[in-house]
Amino acid sequence: MVDMQRKIVRLGLGDWVFFNLTRLFALITLLLLGGIIASLFVGAWPAIIKFGTRFLFDTEWNPPMDTFGAAIPIYGTLVTAAIALIIAVPISFGIALFLTELSPVWLRRPLGIAIELLAAIPSIVYGMWGLLVFSPVFAEHIQPLLTATLGKLPVLGRLFQGAPMGIGLLCAGIILAIMIIPFIAAVMRDVFQVTPAMLKESAYGLGGTTWEVVWNVVLPYTKAGVIGGVMLGLGRALGETMAVTFVIGNSNFLDSVSLYAPGNSIPSALANEFAEASSGLHTAALIELGLVLFLITLAVLVFSKVLLQRLARQEGVKT
Amino acid sequence: MMPETALDLETQIAFRSFNFYYGKYHALRNINLEIFRRKVTAFIGPSGCGKSTLLRTMNRMYDLYPEQRAEGELILDGHNILARGTDLNALRARVGMVFQKPTPFPMSIYDNIAFGVKLHERLNRVEMDERVEWSLRKAALWNEVKDKLRQSGMSLSGGQQQRLCIARGVAVKPSVLLLDEPTSALDPISTLRIEELVAELKEEFTIAIVTHNMQQAARVSDFTAYMYLGELVEFGRTDDIFIKPRDKRTEDYITGRFG
Repeated sequence: MVDMQRKIVRLGLGDWVFFNLTRLFALITLLLLGGIIASLFVGAWPAIIKFGTRFLFDTEWNPPMDTFGAAIPIYGTLVTAAIALIIAVPISFGIALFLTELSPVWLRRPLGIAIELLAAIPSIVYGMWGLLVFSPVFAEHIQPLLTATLGKLPVLGRLFQGAPMGIGLLCAGIILAIMIIPFIAAVMRDVFQVTPAMLKESAYGLGGTTWEVVWNVVLPYTKAGVIGGVMLGLGRALGETMAVTFVIGNSNFLDSVSLYAPGNSIPSALANEFAEASSGLHTAALIELGLVLFLITLAVLVFSKVLLQRLARQEGVKT
Repeated sequence: MMPETALDLETQIAFRSFNFYYGKYHALRNINLEIFRRKVTAFIGPSGCGKSTLLRTMNRMYDLYPEQRAEGELILDGHNILARGTDLNALRARVGMVFQKPTPFPMSIYDNIAFGVKLHERLNRVEMDERVEWSLRKAALWNEVKDKLRQSGMSLSGGQQQRLCIARGVAVKPSVLLLDEPTSALDPISTLRIEELVAELKEEFTIAIVTHNMQQAARVSDFTAYMYLGELVEFGRTDDIFIKPRDKRTEDYITGRFG
């Protein structure tokens, strides 16, 4: 009897400890997040009061003069990430489609592993490869080709003008695309695979082709996962530092809309300048850059949630 | 009702020396069977006897899985559909299928129906509206959903979802409907509705139905095939199979001595 009671008490205590321990872990993440936001704000405060919203729109970044406008790194970050997504999403979709629906069985595993290995390559290796191998080829062959084709288009053509130098916004975007393809493709493949066979068979059973089935049934069914995968890739593209620093050109001047122009991104500006930031205001401005990047990522997250809700509404009201 | 004569029976589907394999496993052995136009043919037998496998050969659903293959002849309207070069998309438009569980697509009720139609036909708005209504009426679902066609197909109850899947299959205007245990996930009332529906649909469609429920087979079908361990043991008019089976194994199964 006494043993029994002791056991219950002990178990109860164990439950209590376990509950509070896991709660503590969960709260720590919240605390960390809050702490990081708070310290970014505190660190950036001098720059925030000095420049206000001008910080976001001013293109002049001049440390010796203590004037800091972040428009160019913000622009570079958004543009390279957008290029990366435009290239990576369709390719990843194709990879996932091939792996789940079209590939012969014996090819599935080796291809799947190859894609996962692509994700395991350190980003500095991508950066070196991009600078030393890809960008010369890009400048010599691909850029002239783009200028001769896409460059002829009415409005869009202006993005593909200028000297083919290799490194620049477009080059960084392409390297980023290669880097995020494995993430997006792996997530898409995984969610395509968990689509119930019976649902796919229903669509095939109506006479749909592979494309029609995947596009109209599998993709809507897995949209939450697919958008999650795309956001994962976008998050990586926005925050990628090392590879971008190698190939973006690290220039804080931008006088044309051409994607061939060298530019800068927030992470690469931070990596390049943080160690040598002398004045207090320079440091504060860099920290504010970090804060802006954080807010951009947050905006991406919110946007994806809103997107999912709108898609759910399109699909019809669920009661 | 007029007594049927042999003249009413027209073979639409014929299996000849038909064999089926899952990899090395020989799942269907030398099947010879005829399915008649605008009749309901039920497939019964214990689990694993191959009845669902047989059903899935009639629209070549097994083609999605590379390790599965069929041998012999499977004649649909005079053509061997196992032959190379058979247009699977066209075949599946002629042979519709409904599954064990309702599988509404993640889209509105209207689009669930329109999806299959759009794969094969170009209809304008009005024609599509008519087709959607026509097929929902065929599936005895129109009155329940006519005011909420824009709602998600997934918002319906299980029985309604299954009728939506039938409507979706009917909308393509197939000539054969394959029903793979269509009521196994449904409550008794929904089951009854589906059975009534089968009786109505056979006016226009040839129906092959796999069922675990022998009363269901007896209620809805004109012909019954009893299968066991990948073989077709006995095939005949449902009344004959249930009242005076010729094969001992059929009798044992029907009287519940095993299975």
